Parts: sequence; C-alpha cells; structure tokens
Amino acid sequence: MSQREVFNHIAHALIKDLQQDETLTVDFRGEETDYVRWNQSKIRQNTSVSQKKISLTLQKAGRRLRKSFSAQGFKEWDLIEARKLLQEARQEALTLPLDPYLVEIANHGTSEAYFPGNLNTGEDLITAIAQPSAAYDMAGLYAGGSIEVGNCNSKGQNHWFANESFFMDYSLYNGERAVKSCYAGFKWSQKEFATSLKQAGEQLAMMKSPLKKLKPGKYKVYLAPAAVADLSGMFSWGALSYRAYKTGSCALKKLQEGEREFSTKFSVKENFNLGLTPRFNDLGELAPENLILIKKGRLEQLLVSSRSAKEYTSPGNDANSDEAPRALEIAPGLLAKENILKELGTGLFVSNLHYLNWSDRQNARVTGMTRYACLWVENGEIIAPIEDMRFDVSLFDILGEGLLEVTEFQEIDPSVDTYFQRALGGKNTPGLLIKDFNFTL
Amino acid sequence: MTQSHITANFFNAISDFKKQVDWVGLKFYSEKTTRHVIRNENPESHATQLDQGIMVEVMSGGHLGYAATSDLTPEGLARAFQKAKALTNQASYFKATEFSYEQRPASRGNFQSPYLHRLDTLATEEIVNVLMKASQSLKVSDKIVSRIAAAMLVETQIQYISSSGAEWTQNFDMVGTHYTATAQDTKNIQVRSTGNSLQIGAEAFRGLNVLELCEITGSEAMELLEAENCPTDTMDLLLAPDQMQLQIHESIGHPLELDRILGDERNYAGWSFIKPEDFGKLQYGSQLLNVVFDPTEAGQLASYAFDDTGNPATREYLIKDGKLLRGLGGLESQKRLGILGVANQRASSWNRAPIDRMANINIEPGDGELDEMIGSVKRGLLMKTNRSWSIDDYRNKFQFGCEYGQLIEDGKLTRTVKNPNYRGKTLQFWNSLKAVGNAKTYENHGSPYCGKGEPNQIIRVAHSSPYCLFSNIEVFGGLS
Repeated sequence: MSQREVFNHIAHALIKDLQQDETLTVDFRGEETDYVRWNQSKIRQNTSVSQKKISLTLQKAGRRLRKSFSAQGFKEWDLIEARKLLQEARQEALTLPLDPYLVEIANHGTSEAYFPGNLNTGEDLITAIAQPSAAYDMAGLYAGGSIEVGNCNSKGQNHWFANESFFMDYSLYNGERAVKSCYAGFKWSQKEFATSLKQAGEQLAMMKSPLKKLKPGKYKVYLAPAAVADLSGMFSWGALSYRAYKTGSCALKKLQEGEREFSTKFSVKENFNLGLTPRFNDLGELAPENLILIKKGRLEQLLVSSRSAKEYTSPGNDANSDEAPRALEIAPGLLAKENILKELGTGLFVSNLHYLNWSDRQNARVTGMTRYACLWVENGEIIAPIEDMRFDVSLFDILGEGLLEVTEFQEIDPSVDTYFQRALGGKNTPGLLIKDFNFTL
Repeated sequence: MTQSHITANFFNAISDFKKQVDWVGLKFYSEKTTRHVIRNENPESHATQLDQGIMVEVMSGGHLGYAATSDLTPEGLARAFQKAKALTNQASYFKATEFSYEQRPASRGNFQSPYLHRLDTLATEEIVNVLMKASQSLKVSDKIVSRIAAAMLVETQIQYISSSGAEWTQNFDMVGTHYTATAQDTKNIQVRSTGNSLQIGAEAFRGLNVLELCEITGSEAMELLEAENCPTDTMDLLLAPDQMQLQIHESIGHPLELDRILGDERNYAGWSFIKPEDFGKLQYGSQLLNVVFDPTEAGQLASYAFDDTGNPATREYLIKDGKLLRGLGGLESQKRLGILGVANQRASSWNRAPIDRMANINIEPGDGELDEMIGSVKRGLLMKTNRSWSIDDYRNKFQFGCEYGQLIEDGKLTRTVKNPNYRGKTLQFWNSLKAVGNAKTYENHGSPYCGKGEPNQIIRVAHSSPYCLFSNIEVFGGLS
C-alpha cells in the first residue's frame, strides 16, 4: 500500500468518525532523505532520515485546534493514534474560548502533482561527490530523497504533492577566501555537478589577491542574484503580510500607505509556475499561479490569508497562514550579464549576503554582512576580494532611488532549509545594480 | 507503541546489531510540545505535537554514521540499522576523522529536570485562562494595538543504550512564555515584550507575577511612543541581563564552538575568528569577564546530565579573568583538535546527529551594585531586551538592537529613548567591559531557538548574566 493510500485510508476513517458539529482537516508530511555533511571534501556525518507526520485540525463549535504525531506508516497503528488524538481534540475544544476569526473548512478542490527524480544512493551517492570534490577544500551538505505532502478535509478536498529531488549546497575555500554554490534538481548529472564545481573553482581562483579593506561609507554595488535572494528573504519576515500590517509589524507599511515607493524597475510576484512548491496552502486553498505583489515600484497587494481576510474584512488571496511568500520572483530588467562590470564601474560586486535582520523595521532598514566572493571593482575591472563589511540600508532607499538597473537574467535559489524536515520552495531573482549602499563597519 | 515495548526492542536488537558493526548506539526520543497563542484576547492557535522516533548510530571503519526513523516497530528499527550500516560503511572510506569507542562513553544514569508539579497536571483551560488575562493586562491603553500572550510546554524523554554498555535516560519538563505589546499612534509603532524559557513544571503558570509583568510591558510600550530617538554617539553602554543573553550567545558562545573552528559549519553559519592556538592565551575580555559552561545549574533551560554522546556534563570555565581557556566542543571535536572541551555534543531531536552546541553559558556575577554602576556613568545608555541581531560569519562585526533604552546622564537614568542600537567588534567589545553587576542583578534567560548545523537543527540554550557596563560603544537610533 502506498503512503498516499495509507494517508487516505486514515483520513477517511477519521472523517467518518466525526460528530455533527465537527469538521476536520488532515495533513501528511513525509520524507526519506539521505543527508551527507562534508568538510574539507571529507564526510563529517551521514544521516538517513525516514519520517512521517500526520496532523489533524479539528473545528468544533466555533473552536479550532491541531494535533500532530509521528506516524509509523502502517494504517492500523497510525489510525489508532489518530483516533486517540481526535478524541483528545474533541474534549479540549470545548474548553477553549470561541474563535471569532475561524475560517470554515471548505472544499478547495483536488490536485495531484508528482515530480519523479533520478537520485544516487549508497556508494554512488558518496563517490559522485567525493571524487570530483577531492581537488578542493569543500564544505557543504548533500540532501536528497523523496518528499510527500498530503492534505484532505471533511468537505471532500484532497491534495497530494510528491517529488524526488536533491541539493548539494556547498562552499569552496582557499584559506579564508570562499565561494558559494548550489547544485540542485530532480536528476543527478555527474557532468552538471562537475561543471558546477569547475565554475566555483574558477571563481575562487579569482580571489587570490590580497584582501582590500574598505572604509565605512556609501558605495555603488552590484548584488548578484544569490545576494538578492538573501535580501528578499526579508520579505518573508512580516514585510508582505497583511496581518503584520494590521498589527504594526509590517516593514513595508509606508509602501502600503503610498508614503514611499520603490523604483519602477522593481516588481515582485508569487510565481507558482516555478514548480518549487505546491500551490495549495495549509488550508488546502489553491493560490493563483501568478500573484503580483509589487508592480513597478508600487504595492499591488499584501499577502492575505483567509483568517486575516475574515478578521479584517478584507479580500484574501489564498496566502499561507504565515502570510510569507512561497514562490517569490523578482522581475528581470534590461542589464545584460556582459555589461554588469562596466555599468558597476567602480564599486562592489557582492555575491552573497549573510545574517540579515531589521535594524529599524518601521523604515524597512536592514543590517547584515557581505559574505563569500565579494570583490572590489575599479573602472569595470575586478581588482581584489574585500574584507567583509557590515551594511545598514533602508529598502526604500536601495530599491527606490538607489536602484539603477536590474539584470535581464534571473537565477533560481532553491530552498536549502532543513530545520525539522527538508523544505520545499525557493526564489527566482535577478541581480541588482544599486548606488549609495551604506556600509557601517 | 509504549516506551517499555521500545526498550525491549532495543535490548533484543542490540545484541544482533553489534555483531555487524564496530559499535552501535540506539536512542529513543519522545517529545510532546503544546503551544497556545492568544492575540488581542482571542484564541489564535492551539496545537500539540507528539514527535517520536529512533536514532541508530553505528561505528564502522572508524566512522560514525546515523539513520533515524519514526517507525518504532522492530522492523523499522532493523531497517534503520541496515541503512545506517550500509551508508556508513561506504562513507568510512572518505571519513573526515577516525573515531573510536572513546567518543561514546559507557555512561549510566538518569536525569529529571526540576519541577513542583508535573506539566501534565495542567489543563488546557488553565493555561488559556492565564494567557487571556495576560493579554488583557498588556492592554494598558487603546493604543496597544496588538497583544500577544503565548506559551509553549515541552515534555521530553530520551532513552539511550549502546553496545559498549551505555544506558541512560533523561526527562525534561520545560515551559516557554512570551508576552508582547505593540503600541501605535499616528506617527510611531513601538514593541515591548517579556517572557522566559525554563526547565520547570506546572508552577510556571501558578502564583507568579505574570499579570504585573504584562502591565509593565504594556506601559513601557506606551512610554516608547513618546520617547525620542536613541542618539548617535560613542558612549558607555549598560546592558540588562535580557540583552546580555544575546550578546553572550552571539559573540562568546558561537565563536567558541569547536566544530566551527574545525570548519564543519563553514557552509552554513560560518567559521570563527578564534584559532586553536588562542586557547590558554587570548585575552578575550577585560579581567572582569568570567564565563562558565554550566549544564548543572538546576532549572536553566539547557541543563542535563549527559550530552547526546553520553559525555557526563560538568561545569567548566570557558573564560576566566578575561582569558580564553576552553572551547565548546564535545568528545569528537576534542579528539580532532586535541584541546579541552565540554560535554556539549547535542542533537535537536531523534532525526539529527549530535553536533557542538551551547548549553547554559553564563557570566559569573561581579561586585557591582546597579546603582553604583549607573552612578559611575557621565553619559551613557541602558539598553534592555533584544529586538534585532546580526553578526558576521566569523563572529566578529556585530550589530544589535534593543526594544527599550534609557539615557544615563551624570550618573542618573533620565529620559527613555526608542530604537536603541549598538555595534562593535567582539574582542574590542568584551575588553571594554568595565563593571559587572553583583548577584542581586543576576538573571537567567533561556531561549528555545538556536539554529545551526547541516542538516539544520534548532536547540535550547540559556544564558545567565548580571548587568554589565561597557565603555566607548558606538550607539545609534532609528530614522526619525
């Protein structure tokens, strides 16, 4: 019996058990993943993880609560545990206060998506990485295997998403000089991995010159697509959430209220056609394939979950309950790859950013560090790698008047988060050419 | 499947497993986490998760490898063992380091975190009532537009046996609470929060001054609405223990982790500016700085008897009289580097391998009376409660922001300031430490959220500290 059949069996049995005033959503999340951690191109730790989780969300008499458990993968055993938790939820629900913003469970349809892969296992997995990386000082993580996500409810909704995928997220080091790369996909290609390593190695070779130490101040910068992906991570931190806006923690409040604007060169949307994550959210609602959030510098809409829509009597747009982007894409511009250094002229080529945080949320001010292959450029020529610098900038400045050009190409930045489980999702971002980027330390 | 069934499976299986590899360890991990969130006196979410699984560790060809499964049956255990054995055999040809039994001591014993009343004596209704009242208490004005009262209760059981004779169990009861008030007027939005995370029982919700704390929190949020911006200047900085928690964590804890120094973490959280040869020599801070690794302090969030390799936990000085003595590394890192470490190789759950982590990292009290410390400052700032944190991948250049600041002028606390931030470089900062508060100013703060490792792991840490005074620190505020 497949995992999907086990899940459907359990979900349908629980739904049959429901009392008249009850509705139920059942979620499944499972993965079979091989994680191999590398340091100095040797294996530090290998961990194979087989995990399954079933979650029940019971709504009863205007109350809602969620119970989750680690599943064994056997329908009889898991159903016993699920029924026990359903009974507990039923009893606890009545002791809770009424939830005025409860979103009634509805049937948002049925969907099915499966992206099969071709992954290495065992000896092949290890030698495929160990042999080509032996020429470098490589640190990183390989994660590969299957992920399954299911969602169904007592109104008849049923979604299933599964894929077999991998990523090799790695850095190459030469002393303290380093470059970052990530090879990810559904089908491992030894040739593609070798090419990825070779390109990263060539980039590392460009960093042999002595480090240039810059004084704090404002510089022209080119943020490569990976650095833009790091920066746009801030959009997941309340910046595009309608609930955050209504509760005082939205960093783009001034954009929402028209007090500030970004450059007309800057547009952001959710693009589920990237295929990195399922369209259905935690309520099973299907988000639009494309949802424009910022259009030519002006905010079109924030992400609004159905719960926020009910609380604030505002139209929803099928956002997840956390109202963070799930498939963020920043629109490309006109700057050609071959013109980047020329247009940068004298300034900083920034490959990656690190450890970003709001330093003044109300003014969308962000602090963080440069990291990896960040280079000083003079008159369009790379001069030297820089000593890492701390920056403190307002998004309103750097994505507003400060935004000079956007590249005509974008790069996919797959999510490599593995907290609790291997994440789905990612971003698609171009590079940005920015003036007066403020470095402080 | 009950814990006694799983224990029986372990003992049945291990005699077979140990014939097939050099060494094997089996861990059963069960954790029940209950979260309640009340927002603006309405229920926001109520969730309980029972997370259970088995971790199989094997040693083959001098390499340690792992396989984890949520399938608790004997067949599931056997499959995990075969998976661990197969991949570890292959991986051993490319291993980073040669390990032996010495990295997995045959410890025996038990640990139970302190409590007066078990967490399972708390009814959901009782917790939710406390949170509802807390939410009400935060509302000291209609300008408090968001009031969040949240609680997380965690009950963890870990059982471990190994083929070399280890047999230990550890049980933890923990509670984390968080209360936040957001004040908003036509011009400003300001946030003030309070809360803590401790090893404690049901008493966490009974007879404590939660409601009084929430009223103060709401009032301080209102106070910040009217406050001026923090000045931009270089001046003395007095940090309260709830900000010292973050300062210790980011600029002492992480750089001293030996696995970072070894480069394991280079692709994720980063490396460290500390070199192996710095231990025993480097003047990390002023002579007033004394820092201990102490998982033996009862009630702190990261107390335990053994780390996840079975290494018995002991209190050790990391920094004494300002000098760096010892790193945060477990038995594997100690073997790799050949320097002193501590019992800190910990896993976030059953599905992750143990790595070097902080536990309780505490600054010992000094002899400063708080009034005298403030009195010694001609012009400075007091900052409380972290709201923003960022530091580079070598743990050197940091910038931290706080919720609440007060100017110190001519030895007295004067005006409240909003958006207080400061920045600096780690060694320079700790060497500017010029006064350490006494035991009366000492507070314990725990956090359930320290992220690190590949695959990623979130683990619990705690940092106790007195008030500490630093000289010549660059401070600044928000945009007006």
